[in-house]
Amino acid sequence: MLKQLLSVLALVASSAALAAGGPAVHLDKAPIDLHDKESLQRGAKMFQNYCLGCHQMEYQRYSRTFRDLGIPDEVGMQELAFTANKVGDYIKNAAPKADLAKWFGAPPPDLTNVARVRGPDWLYTYLRSFYADPTRPFGVNNDVFPLVGMPHVLQELQGVPYKKHETRLVDGVSQEVYVGIVTDGSGELSTEEYDRAVADLVNYLEYTGEPSKLESHSLGIKVMIFLLIFFVLAFLLKKEYWKDVH
Amino acid sequence: MSNAPVDHGRRRFLTIATSVVGGVGAVGAAVPFIASWNPSEKAKQAGAAVTANIGKLEPGQLIRVEWRGKPVWVVKRTPEMLETLTKVEGQLRDPASEEEQQPAYAKNQHRSKKPEIFVAVGICTHLGCSPTYKMSDFDAHVEGIASGFFCPCHGSTYDMAGRVFSGVPAPKNLMIPPYMFIDDTTVIIGADEGTA
Amino acid sequence: MFKNFMNWIEYRMPFMEKMNLHVMQYPAPKNFNFWYFFGSLAMLVLVNQILTGIWLTMNFEPSAERAFASVEYIMRDVDYGWLLRYMHSTGASAFFVVVYLHMLRGMMYGSYQKPRELLWIFGMLIFLVLMAEAFMGYLLPWGQMSFWGAQVIISIFGVIPGIGDDLTLWIRGDYVISGATLNRFFALHVIALPLVLVILVFLHIIALHEVGSNNPDGIDVKRPNDGTKIDNNVSDKFTFHEYFTKGGKKIIVDAIPFHPYYTVKDIVGVVGFLLVFCAVIFFAPEGGGFFLEPPNFEPANPMKTPDHIAPVWYFTPFYAILRAVPDQLFGAIFMFLAIIFLALLPWLDRCPVRSVRYRSTFHKWNLVNFCVSFVVLGVLGVLPATPTYTLIAQIASFTYFAFFGLLWLYSKNEKTKPLPVRLS
Repeated sequence: MLKQLLSVLALVASSAALAAGGPAVHLDKAPIDLHDKESLQRGAKMFQNYCLGCHQMEYQRYSRTFRDLGIPDEVGMQELAFTANKVGDYIKNAAPKADLAKWFGAPPPDLTNVARVRGPDWLYTYLRSFYADPTRPFGVNNDVFPLVGMPHVLQELQGVPYKKHETRLVDGVSQEVYVGIVTDGSGELSTEEYDRAVADLVNYLEYTGEPSKLESHSLGIKVMIFLLIFFVLAFLLKKEYWKDVH
Repeated sequence: MSNAPVDHGRRRFLTIATSVVGGVGAVGAAVPFIASWNPSEKAKQAGAAVTANIGKLEPGQLIRVEWRGKPVWVVKRTPEMLETLTKVEGQLRDPASEEEQQPAYAKNQHRSKKPEIFVAVGICTHLGCSPTYKMSDFDAHVEGIASGFFCPCHGSTYDMAGRVFSGVPAPKNLMIPPYMFIDDTTVIIGADEGTA
Repeated sequence: MFKNFMNWIEYRMPFMEKMNLHVMQYPAPKNFNFWYFFGSLAMLVLVNQILTGIWLTMNFEPSAERAFASVEYIMRDVDYGWLLRYMHSTGASAFFVVVYLHMLRGMMYGSYQKPRELLWIFGMLIFLVLMAEAFMGYLLPWGQMSFWGAQVIISIFGVIPGIGDDLTLWIRGDYVISGATLNRFFALHVIALPLVLVILVFLHIIALHEVGSNNPDGIDVKRPNDGTKIDNNVSDKFTFHEYFTKGGKKIIVDAIPFHPYYTVKDIVGVVGFLLVFCAVIFFAPEGGGFFLEPPNFEPANPMKTPDHIAPVWYFTPFYAILRAVPDQLFGAIFMFLAIIFLALLPWLDRCPVRSVRYRSTFHKWNLVNFCVSFVVLGVLGVLPATPTYTLIAQIASFTYFAFFGLLWLYSKNEKTKPLPVRLS
């Protein structure tokens, strides 16, 4: 009876999970690793250079980033924190909020938690999905975020991306087929290097979304081991006492 | 239902073992609750070391710097002020700074690293008021001494090294915070060579 | 010395006497199975919520300006603040998991039947207060889901004819959800409702111990003492409080003292539960986006609704019923009826046999129907309302209510299996 019930429930739950479905656009898996301190440091540098002009991290302190990423305070203040006075400051810019909202149509969102809102895969795909579109105010559009109000700030790294179409034979008929986003090669980085750079940035955003994650994983393993030992003892104790009953 | 005799030894061992492990678990579970009362990152950052510029300090002048929400004084003592330090020693409660109210490098007559620069937490050791700096009219409180600190709350008096006079309510000398000189004009309060 | 001290206490406040009555000498049927863990687990989660809740209030700031930032402050700046917060947020979901399974146990073994009707009613009141508590707590982090979820749920009260609009305005204390709403929800969430909850739990347990625990066989462990010796009765080995034997007029069969037998067993259950609970806290605190929803990491913005809003998972079965009914008012009525019918179970079920083990096959399948309907509604409540999903939700709502109607019809003359004389 119980087993029947559980199997029915399991079936319903799994089909429902399928029905819930994924997002409309295919998202690439972000190749990130929170244990890779160098990647995080490169990501932090990217954030400071390319994002902080408009976006902020209102809830993340420089001191926390420095500590968790293994950057000495003095080095960090010199190399990364251009706008901060104190190491304990939040990662904020000096840009006037009202003007930003006017220029971009909406205030640029805070990025402290953006990886928790959007997910790292979304961010990784989004930053690699800009393409030239002269009809847009900033000359670019985005596959993941259509009609996005943000310019392609990483264009100097990636080069000018455009949607490439090729003439191919499909079912014996020659057709224009969309083959993907390619760049004109004017960027500082190759495609692989650009993907790596974006992954570093996403890695850093994933970190700032939940700085406690590294701590929680290492503590969690200890707690689980402790509970397993406790479980075995409690189980033996129960068995011992229940000899009276069985 | 078995009627086999109960193995009391095994039962007692398992009870004790489970209780001990459970007790360890309870203590472990208490850790986050207790630790969350420590000063938070915000408090620590607010309490972080502060930098004071002493390049423009005139002889005899006192400036106040806020450190951990408390006033910290930086005074440039004149040679006359330093001379009085020896003169008053007979009237003091703790002239040799035996009480742990200062880092080791300030356990001397002038209670400072450099004799002329005096750094102290400006909080009376009696009930926490902030004493007033009497640059030249201190003799109203202690006869024959021109400069010192006077607490308006209960009349405690300190000399120019923050040492408390006998016969006043305050029990101890003024607290000296950890500090260090970066260069001749910059002092960091709240951190010294030992902590930085 | 110590004994004298204990006697001194006992004379003035019979502490040991009550411990004996409710713990050491309380007769619990010997055949409790897996499903009987969830009562003690609910208690554990309640304690967890109260403790972590008190600690969170030490740093939380209940204002529209500071609420979101103060939660981030707890997550980042307070030592172990993240752990306390995740214990609380995961605990909220765990509370409903445990309570739903506890209720299902009651339904399977007929624990709501006479003489346990009042016990069941207290349980349903706990469930209602728990829902209010969870709803108000969800507003406090002041994220996008907090704001818009509260917006939708408070608007439900707007469908009440005549007073609806004034009522929603009064609940919010403003024309939109605002700091005023946040503050009153905070007060209710941290003081009023927990107090009510604790009192109700106390009454629930007092009511339970008065009538005694039911068991998977649904037969009584206390019977009139006519002097005949009962063979192989494990209860003969133990002393029970005379309150339960009524001075020898009753005899206890196949029951064992709660302590130590069920205390040691419940410890196993508790540690097993903690293994799952801690795995979520430390490795998946978002619970796949169901315990902490992604849009809630953005501060509340009254100008912009998230693309897809749904209540937290534990409300979705009822929310799906609300949406399935085309008329707003009737939707709300049916949603409340879904809970009312549960509370009326002791009177809807007219079968003298309690446990599903000895009831008709039809009843078994009806119970499966109830569970499937509930889960399907729960899943649909998370999904956006497309025409197909709405149709499925309507069917599932129908089968949900059909469970109660059918139960009332067939339970009077149900073909049951013979009850055993003794616990299996």
